[in-house]
Amino acid sequence: MNYIFYFLIVISIIAGAINGRLPNVVNAILSGAELSVKVAFSLIGIMAFWLGMMKIAKQCGLIEIIAKLIKPVTKRLFNEIPEDSPAIGDIAMSFSANAFGLTNAATPIGIKAMEELQKHNKDKTSASNAMCMFLAMNTAGFQLVPATVIAILIGIGYKNPTSIIAPTLLVTAIAFISAIILAKIFQKFWKPQYIKSHCSMEREEPIGKQSGYKNSEEDSD
Amino acid sequence: MFHSVMNFISLWALPFIIILILTMGLIKKVPIYEVFTDGAKEGFKVSVNIIPYLVAIIVAISMLRASGIIELAGETFAPLLAHFNIPADIIPIMIVRPLSGSAALGIFSDIAHTLGPDNYATTLSAVMVGSSETTFYILAVYFGAVGIKKLRYALLVGLLADVISIIAAVTVCNFMY
Repeated sequence: MNYIFYFLIVISIIAGAINGRLPNVVNAILSGAELSVKVAFSLIGIMAFWLGMMKIAKQCGLIEIIAKLIKPVTKRLFNEIPEDSPAIGDIAMSFSANAFGLTNAATPIGIKAMEELQKHNKDKTSASNAMCMFLAMNTAGFQLVPATVIAILIGIGYKNPTSIIAPTLLVTAIAFISAIILAKIFQKFWKPQYIKSHCSMEREEPIGKQSGYKNSEEDSD
Repeated sequence: MFHSVMNFISLWALPFIIILILTMGLIKKVPIYEVFTDGAKEGFKVSVNIIPYLVAIIVAISMLRASGIIELAGETFAPLLAHFNIPADIIPIMIVRPLSGSAALGIFSDIAHTLGPDNYATTLSAVMVGSSETTFYILAVYFGAVGIKKLRYALLVGLLADVISIIAAVTVCNFMY
């Protein structure tokens, strides 16, 4: 992340200078910072609502029931997390919210799931395997109906807007399954640091590893 | 038929979940009002916690978009992508999608309006935007909320999934349209 952060900012400034858009780049710092706070503050209300709802769901045992229903799947994906952990229920709720396109509910519930996963994490500043798996599921963006996209298509008079649901579903399912498989593969090779410090044979080379994996992945496509 | 079922589910999913949670809470004699407000207290703290992570990611991405490098990359790769039947109009979407959700939607809306409903690029970009997520935003918010600073392979997996989803979108659309 350190290198990516550096790369994004330095490349922007250099490219901005070459393109004669340096003033825009500098202004973007201000507008970006403002936007971040706006995004965070716009989350407060809906976050409070869903965290409140989730607390009721937890106390009345609803999350436990859902967690039990999907246990066969989560047992494999999140094998480091105890089966009775509330994290499993939260993950299931967050996945359902995403699938139905309920973005407003999905983010707060997803964060709740991350907090539960953090309780099982040995190194509190480094992502656990379970967290990476959960994030992989989320960034692949599995969604049954892309409502916003369809709304725009209807707006321009697209012949049959709902016809894009099937291809979108197929694509998102491919990405979703690949993300899970990739996360499973990477967790074998890319051990967390607290384990690494015990095996001196492994050196930490995040950048080299990253480009190495990326190349081999692109080759196989 | 499929569409109306989907619409029904989208419309009723949230109300159904809310009623289910509240009803079950009452049945199990949970003091729902007190528990709700107690849980809701966390909302402010979590939202404020993610601000530093959001600032880092959103500022960096705003700068990148303002620098004009995305358009430049688009022009550079256009001839290469033409081989795979990917229209040049799509390239900004491919680059922006993992970085910013609202920007990708903005570009898609722009493509849809300028190229019109009958253009292949409109369909392809619709599938691309609909089938993936804003990887950087999700990583910043989710990891930020619990104070994770070392992401390990999470970003790489997210970006690889985006690449796969682009390849899949191109393949599927080529096949279907």
